[in-house]
Amino acid sequence: MAGEYTLIPEQAFSDFISGTLHQDTDAYAKLLEAGFLVDDTSALSLDLLAVKLRTKLSNISRFTSLHMIVVTLRCDHSCPYCQVSRQSEDKEKYDISPETAGKAVDLIFRSPSRDIKIEYQGGEPLLNFASVEFITKYAVSLASKHNKNVSFVIATNLSRITDDMLQFCKEFDVSVSTSLDGPKDLHNLNRPMSGADSFERVASGVDLTRRFLGRSSVSALMTTTEASLGRVKDIVDTYVEMGFPGIFLRPLSPYGFAIKTKTYSKYDTRRWLDFYDEGLEYILQLNRLGVDFSEFYSSTILKKMLTPFSPGYVDLMSPAGIGIAAVVYNYNGNIYASDEGRMRAEMGDETFRLGNVHANSYDEIFTSDELLEPLERSFTGSVPMCSDCVYEPYCGAEPVYHHATQGDFVGFKPLSGFCERNMHVIKRLMSIVEGGSADSRTLRRWSIR
Amino acid sequence: MIALQGYGIGLKEPARRGSRIFRLSTDDKRPGVLAKQECFLSKDGKFPPAFAAGLCLGDYVPATGYDHGIWALPEQLLYLGDGDIVRIGEIGEIRVLFRKNAPMNYFLLTERCNNLCLMCSQPPKNVLDDYLGDEVEEVIKLVPENTDAIGFTGGEPALLGGRFLDLIQLASSYLPNTDLHVLSNGRQFVDASAARRLGAIGHPRLVLGIPLYSPSPATHDYVVQSKGAFNETVAGLYNLKEAGVRIELRVVVHRQNFTQLTRLANFIFRNLTFVEHIAFMGLELTGYARANIDSLWIDPWNYRSVLSEAVLRLYDYGMNVSIYNLPSCLLEQPVRSFSRKSISDWKNEFVAECATCGARGECCGFFASAGMRQNSHITAL
Ligand code: SF4
Ligand code: SF4
Repeated sequence: MAGEYTLIPEQAFSDFISGTLHQDTDAYAKLLEAGFLVDDTSALSLDLLAVKLRTKLSNISRFTSLHMIVVTLRCDHSCPYCQVSRQSEDKEKYDISPETAGKAVDLIFRSPSRDIKIEYQGGEPLLNFASVEFITKYAVSLASKHNKNVSFVIATNLSRITDDMLQFCKEFDVSVSTSLDGPKDLHNLNRPMSGADSFERVASGVDLTRRFLGRSSVSALMTTTEASLGRVKDIVDTYVEMGFPGIFLRPLSPYGFAIKTKTYSKYDTRRWLDFYDEGLEYILQLNRLGVDFSEFYSSTILKKMLTPFSPGYVDLMSPAGIGIAAVVYNYNGNIYASDEGRMRAEMGDETFRLGNVHANSYDEIFTSDELLEPLERSFTGSVPMCSDCVYEPYCGAEPVYHHATQGDFVGFKPLSGFCERNMHVIKRLMSIVEGGSADSRTLRRWSIR
Repeated sequence: MIALQGYGIGLKEPARRGSRIFRLSTDDKRPGVLAKQECFLSKDGKFPPAFAAGLCLGDYVPATGYDHGIWALPEQLLYLGDGDIVRIGEIGEIRVLFRKNAPMNYFLLTERCNNLCLMCSQPPKNVLDDYLGDEVEEVIKLVPENTDAIGFTGGEPALLGGRFLDLIQLASSYLPNTDLHVLSNGRQFVDASAARRLGAIGHPRLVLGIPLYSPSPATHDYVVQSKGAFNETVAGLYNLKEAGVRIELRVVVHRQNFTQLTRLANFIFRNLTFVEHIAFMGLELTGYARANIDSLWIDPWNYRSVLSEAVLRLYDYGMNVSIYNLPSCLLEQPVRSFSRKSISDWKNEFVAECATCGARGECCGFFASAGMRQNSHITAL
């Protein structure tokens, strides 16, 4: 559970299991150092494991740090993979009201976390920038009152970004996360808008934002679609060319086009794995040529695998990260345990709705069955297959995914695309790390990003 | 190699008995109130009146005498200068306690130790040596306030208990801007309250340099010849960290542990992530190391690749790592930049090959005691 691993010969392993492994072997020493084996010389070993476990799980005691607020559902794009946004001028209907926003922020500051991060989500949050300003100012005042740190990020397509908005962002230390799906043709295919110039707008928006807020103030997120699958090099190249320090080769979303049947979803996973493998190899090749560029899905897993820290990435946590690590406040006051949970709601499935800011107290929301049930059920330490799985410390629970694809929080792992994906990725990363080439140094560096 | 002691030839007999510690001064206009506690260092045999003792660079016959005598410096101590601190005994034994121009001065707090390391360069003696602490106390008060760094060493300094803490407190009060580097095996801090008391002094420039030889308790305990030492040291490290004391790990590399270096690197990163610095160190062939040479010596040339692997691994994991006491030409190219000029200047030497070497400026050279001088892999870079 503390995430230690060690590689020993198969014979040594069976000796270990049968209790005949000799003290003078390398395998014995390695098992002892990693805490798999305790003898009378290693009295401290359990204490060390306890410290490591506590460090790994410390994010639970800090509780929710990432709070997403959907300030509007309106958007100027009509991306087919997005389940939630609306093309509408009806602000009344789809924008967050000041009362709802104020109540959401009040709830956010009930969280025991010292460091609060508020992420503005949409639709396109810039279409309701007045709410962004209102919430930011109110949160800053509450933060100083409660003696907490607060930081902000806007998830935006940047098409409407202006100097004034960036001036505001600069003043309140708001950073920017945008969407970039790859080269121009792919990006504009994935992300249609009137004018069909989404890519050009991102490119100039990124440039403008960097001018105001600094080089590392903008991050970009890619959505992998069917059309992306053969194009990983082009996608990576776009990111390199635009000066990003890395890319997150995101798994195919099960919430959109891929969700048809269980077997189909497995087939999709395999296609994604090819995409990932090819992308990883290409990125490692760039690193061999001296380009310092990372892949963030890998670095998240590597952090779990190689370091005493935990990345706090919602999809790769157990207990699951829903609600605990991140929570979503929708424009209408509904609260969801994760962003995917709110997307499910737009598709008519309210399983992950924890309550509403107007109707429920903090305690009701965070002790609701809607949160506790999936957390408890999906805990990998006790679910079939995961509890015996050697990769469990590097994997996660992901109840939303399994609910969406298999209809329950646990799922049958042999049919789970999530399971197949992580087994493959973890194995692959481990073999590179242990391979001892220049690539293993690259991966070690990623692990502490 | 710079000598740290010698006998002075009596030029004027002392009027008083006993040995004393003096700061040296070359200033013949020194106000009497200060001069009366100091030793005048004369180039030409002239001695102003007010001083307590005198040292002379030549064999002159001085006109006047001092309470603690006037002595001609032996050849090997002619380097002494203003601001240095020495002890002068009643028959002219001179021990250099502090050299103002040295990058680092170490003070021995005790010769007692609870480890018995195979390669100890300062073999412990079980003697009553409280006088050492008294001496250090006196010297600290004389050390100039703008000194960069001083060190406490042993034996195991922490064995002094309350006295140890007093000396740290003294250094913290008298020399708040001076780095204080303490070489300890950390075992005393298995007692969390000892660690807390050390932390409570709050000396911001205090760093404890603690050795860890192996991730395997059995190997570490063997190297330090003391069962249970590994567990105590590691528990001590945790307690020190809790108490807010800064820590450097010191890994002397030798035959017993060179194969385990990458495992040690992993262990350090996973379990001791909080340490501020890790130093891998070449073996100094003095003290016990000479006696145990067969079980300890391995040519650094033969472990250069595992050393690189361990150093780079810690570096990639974001840890602060250095290599001490190994000549640059015995290191692989990617880790040469981790090498520090670490050998105390008074122990330091170079060989003929080094004269034409481009790395000479960054290279730490050899211990004067090292058998490495005959190493066939020493090649100018
Ligand atoms: S790889 Fe599969 S079985 Fe293993 S922990 Fe992850 S989901 Fe569970
Ligand atoms: S030749 Fe001498 S100076 Fe040059 S690296 Fe080797 S030991 Fe150092």
